[in-house]
Amino acid sequence: MSALVELRDVVKHFPVSRSLGEIVRGRHPAVRALDGVSLEIGASDAVAVVGESGCGKTTLGRLMLKLTEPSAGAITFDGTALGGLSGASLRAFRRQAQLVFQNPFDALNPRFTIYRAVAEPLLNAGIPRAEHADRVAQAFRRVHLPDLERYLDRYPHQLSGGQLQRVVLARALVLAPRFLVADEPVSMLDVSVRAGILALLREVRDDMGLTAVYISHDLALVRYLCERTVVMYLGTMVEDGPTAEIVRNPRHPYTRALVAAVPVPDADQARAPLPIAGNVPDAREPPSGCRFRDRCPHAFARCAEEAPALRETADGHRVACHLDN
Amino acid sequence: MAERAEERGVIPAQLAARRSWRLPPIVQRLLTMPLRDPFAFVGIVIYLLFLLVAVFADRLATTDPTEILFLSTGKVAANMPPGAEYPLGTTNLGRDIYAQLVHGTESALAVGLSAALIVALVGTVVGLVAGYFGGWIDALLMRIADMALSLPFLPFVIVLIGFLGPDTSNVVLAVVLLLWPNSARVIRSQVLSLRERSYVEAARVTGASQARILFVHIAPNILPLSFVYAAIAIGWAIITEASVSFLGFGDPDNVSWGMMLQDAFASQALSRGQYAWFVPPGVCIILVVVAGFFISRGYEEVFMPRLRR
Repeated sequence: MSALVELRDVVKHFPVSRSLGEIVRGRHPAVRALDGVSLEIGASDAVAVVGESGCGKTTLGRLMLKLTEPSAGAITFDGTALGGLSGASLRAFRRQAQLVFQNPFDALNPRFTIYRAVAEPLLNAGIPRAEHADRVAQAFRRVHLPDLERYLDRYPHQLSGGQLQRVVLARALVLAPRFLVADEPVSMLDVSVRAGILALLREVRDDMGLTAVYISHDLALVRYLCERTVVMYLGTMVEDGPTAEIVRNPRHPYTRALVAAVPVPDADQARAPLPIAGNVPDAREPPSGCRFRDRCPHAFARCAEEAPALRETADGHRVACHLDN
Repeated sequence: MAERAEERGVIPAQLAARRSWRLPPIVQRLLTMPLRDPFAFVGIVIYLLFLLVAVFADRLATTDPTEILFLSTGKVAANMPPGAEYPLGTTNLGRDIYAQLVHGTESALAVGLSAALIVALVGTVVGLVAGYFGGWIDALLMRIADMALSLPFLPFVIVLIGFLGPDTSNVVLAVVLLLWPNSARVIRSQVLSLRERSYVEAARVTGASQARILFVHIAPNILPLSFVYAAIAIGWAIITEASVSFLGFGDPDNVSWGMMLQDAFASQALSRGQYAWFVPPGVCIILVVVAGFFISRGYEEVFMPRLRR
């Protein structure tokens, strides 16, 4: 298995404005969105990145698409380092890697008709105009918006959330990319249309053999879409493995809490209280050692002293926890 | 198979047919705005009237506004009261006030419109570039804007004209130098917020160039602001020209309302009760400036409805 996307010790810090005291003391406070993430994504794999708000999962997605630059570390796509891309090579990369947005109501230019929005990537990629209509029609059929005539001359505000998300997906697919990042693709949609969009994402991935990264806070969704899951906590990867394995047998205490938090359809079923409490700590001042230790029910002395490394436990399953060592 | 062929062939053909030319919605809204806002409507009517007067000035007033007129007796036709021959009378030097008023419209509109155009253009480009690129470009442009904003208005204009000479184009230059920072700052802040919208990011992901993102995806959204500032600049430019002329720094070869006021003031027209000399140009200045304000107000309410109370 060759990796299509590869991240090596990727770090992303966002500098925050300094107070006078911090300037005097020469400190550079930063939000540490990602701290040393290494990840390989094989061609045609579907990987889920899960974690709560602020854990760095969206930053991870943006880094993989070169929408932001890492503070340290390297990202390669198909063997080419993203850091060195510019001009023609960057445009070539843009044709291959696309993004589906969280909020479809904001992802389309309000002044562009649906046709223009979906044809935009073709225009940017320099595809002759004569082919545009054909390819747009094809993309629309792929996302099951077949009655083109009804949509093409409309503006985004005239469509529903579910329709818009299909348009956003059509725009992402119109260039037939190899790599797709979907950042919380259904979290802004009505529950009633989520299933349709999820089924569509799955179908599109299978049909086109896409390498896909789904960013989500919802393990239940991920289970449906991805064979592999990466669990993140406060800018670090805490667990990585086959989705089925992670759901059935979570190793990291945080993953256990995530699995326990998945809603069950039976309201009467007794549920154990969540094993963790509190909120994610401030990403400017993460705890020493293991970042999860202040919320972890099993924390012991070593957790404060040493950050656990990601270690392989079973076949393809990696966990960053001192308990597992 | 026939069905596939139909899908692939016919739909794009229909599509192509539907891609007929039509006005972009922003232009549609700009054009229909006056119908929705009565103030803006009044403003536009006033402008149209003055525009007509300026265009047909030579036919509306056949007398040369700078010519010294003589009576049949051979005496200078000075301080004539309004009448059939001289609708607004004559000045103390025997010039036709009505002709001056009509020809003053030309210079007022020329100053106002050219200043508005340049202010909107400079402000928009600076605001777009500063807001989109940020960093040192933004810091540099905004510090220059701060400096321009801190200049006192009329003294700066007078000094500039003192150096460059009393020419109408120098008045326009002074107004542009003083007014571009206002529009640039507001447009910059709007660009700062637009830049973070997902659809701008989407344009990046789909490979749009910087220039395309800036001018195709962002600029149309700030165009209404450019219009508002252009409309404001018209009024400011005309007031400035009038002030400068009134203070005696105006272009001596150019007939303008401000120059008329200065003339009237210097020759003590009020004490002689020559109201027809100084009231009409004053009213004209007020009308044009108020019209500019009404139009900018109308655009503001159409494009930024949240401001409406």
